[in-house]
Amino acid sequence: MSFAHTIANRRYTFGSLRELLAKATPLRSGDVLAGIAAESAEERVAAQFALADLPLAHFLSEQVVPYEDDEVTRLIVDTHNAGAFAPVRSFTVGELRDWLLSDEATLERLAALGPGFTPEMVAAVSKLMRVQDLIAAAAKIRVVTRFRTTVGLPGRLSARLQPNHPTDSPAGIAASILDGLLLGSGDAVIGVNPAGDGVEVTAQLLRMMDTLRERFRIPVQSCVLAHITTQMAALAHDAPVDLLFQSIAGTEAANRSFGVNLALLTEAHEAGQALKRGAVCVDGQIGSNILYFETGQGSALSANAHYGAGGLGVDQQTLEARAYAVARHFRPMLVNTVVGFIGPEYLYDGKQILRAGLEDHFCGKLLGLPMGCDVCYTNHAEADQDDMDTLLTLLGVAGVNYIMGVPGADDVMLNYQSTSFHDALYLRRVLGLRPAPEFEAWMEGDGFGRLALEARHPERLLTV
Amino acid sequence: MSGITRAKPVAGPVAGLAARLRALTPARVGLGRTGASVATRDLLDFQRCHALARDAVQARLESAALARTLGAIVGGSVFRLHSAATDRATYLQRPDLGRRLDETSRTLLLERAESKSRDLALIVADGLSALAVERHVAPLFEELLPKLAGWRLAPMCIVEQGRVAIGDEIGALLGAQIAVVLIGERPGLSSPDSLGAYITWEPQPGRVDAERNCISNIRAEGLSCTRAAAQLEVILSAARRLQLTGVALKNEAGLLQKG
Repeated sequence: MSFAHTIANRRYTFGSLRELLAKATPLRSGDVLAGIAAESAEERVAAQFALADLPLAHFLSEQVVPYEDDEVTRLIVDTHNAGAFAPVRSFTVGELRDWLLSDEATLERLAALGPGFTPEMVAAVSKLMRVQDLIAAAAKIRVVTRFRTTVGLPGRLSARLQPNHPTDSPAGIAASILDGLLLGSGDAVIGVNPAGDGVEVTAQLLRMMDTLRERFRIPVQSCVLAHITTQMAALAHDAPVDLLFQSIAGTEAANRSFGVNLALLTEAHEAGQALKRGAVCVDGQIGSNILYFETGQGSALSANAHYGAGGLGVDQQTLEARAYAVARHFRPMLVNTVVGFIGPEYLYDGKQILRAGLEDHFCGKLLGLPMGCDVCYTNHAEADQDDMDTLLTLLGVAGVNYIMGVPGADDVMLNYQSTSFHDALYLRRVLGLRPAPEFEAWMEGDGFGRLALEARHPERLLTV
Repeated sequence: MSGITRAKPVAGPVAGLAARLRALTPARVGLGRTGASVATRDLLDFQRCHALARDAVQARLESAALARTLGAIVGGSVFRLHSAATDRATYLQRPDLGRRLDETSRTLLLERAESKSRDLALIVADGLSALAVERHVAPLFEELLPKLAGWRLAPMCIVEQGRVAIGDEIGALLGAQIAVVLIGERPGLSSPDSLGAYITWEPQPGRVDAERNCISNIRAEGLSCTRAAAQLEVILSAARRLQLTGVALKNEAGLLQKG
């Protein structure tokens, strides 16, 4: 099916939903690189007009990535909840934006609609939204998850403590963990990216973190962000696995380039759940969200796995939203976009990173995901700390579940800049937000006091 | 009484802890803190590191001067080439253009390279840090060239706005059996001048990363030029013996320990 809109006597036509979505996307370098971006500002806004008039129901009949070629599309189509979709079935994309921003769109209604949306619908409406729209709509949505802490409650902001070390030194990692815990980070997860992908290192780091947790009775969950098969091997060797991590993307081919598919993720999910390591959380529920996913616009393109209908490229923001369809199938504890990590050929500067971060947060939340964000950049992007402060603050206003806590915002293993323990403290202070309730209670109790005291001799804490 | 006195930043999350934590990791632990914020000195230290990294990314390679220096070391002709990425902003957004030569450079190689079989092409590209190239390529070649006595070398090439894969096109045009691309790596906050070396058997457009071997982090605080040259010699010899590079060489030879 083709779509058209006329501006000043010039008729713009778009041959497919895939093309319409790509042309309607606000400018970003990755879509230009893929050769699918609008060729002028006028063409872009024409596409947005055409998209605004498109009925949401159309998304159920035209797929941007063919059903027969791609298991992510099959997951989206086969698990679509028609009952949840029914209330908005007659809406156009433009009418969905108007409704989302209206007073009719309450927390309860938004939560109920989530399973009725496909990622392409959500991506489409985000393309018509300004930054303040992405914030205003996302701020109404709450997605709460539990393991040993409860993350995503109103008035709360959590942080993933990211204590990476260039050579996986357990003492070096523990030093960063101490620094972060004492500054109030870690209530989302203590998650280490290992420099190597070995089972032994993974198991060793998991044991070190678990020992520290038990010794000071810290309500946290830990994770070593090795490949999921490495974590499963560690699990099989009785390593104390709390959350299982994997990077995911929005096409079957991109997931293949990550060495995963839906069957493998299902297997990991079942293995992790069987451990039953979650605790009774503040509301009496037992924590049972055990997966942690990371995503990011451009990952499919960078794997040359961004092709859709007709063998043509799908825009990176739509593919990112499709990754959330993979994530939501597994009821994860945490999902975050790593928004500026991928580099300037996908998101060129602070402006593109900022919008992408807010789009991802909004799309993930509307699809029912516990969204966090790695607010970050690399040194070859046109961005700096001021850009990160801006995105960090806007995400706080939008109600982001968690951000990263990296010592001094400088990841010395992955060589990029994220947000710091101090950034999390800043955001909590200016917006009146508090840590996860279980973690907050711990910070006020004996465990934290003992940790602060014994931290004076960090080497003594490191005997595993 | 104004009630205003100087703020006294706390060193680290708990007083007295900063130095002990820092002894255990190069991460920015134990920062000075005022309220919830980082103290001025640590803030400026971060900004200094970012400034160095940014300057390294934006720096233009002084290609003519480098050609003179390297020409003196190699004792042969040096070709100065340019990728199809016309400037830095284009280079950063269009990796595809950084991977191929512009018309002038391709014509130059076609006309003057006298394509015949050679063992090795040495190619220098600015990549993401011209600083790395300016600091480490000449010392590395001083160490490396004496080890390559038995190798028939193609004329050396210096490429502006080049990415790793541009060595495939150059190596093919030069008729080289192996291409080595020395290239400035993406600057980290603590490493604005890190050089990488990529080794590719039978270079030709279309090669993928899995078909190359890499030595990274060549810089004063990382892998020294002496050690890098020794590692390069080992990889080059193994590549010639086994007639391949990449994952297969890594598995076959089991010799590519990370520096």
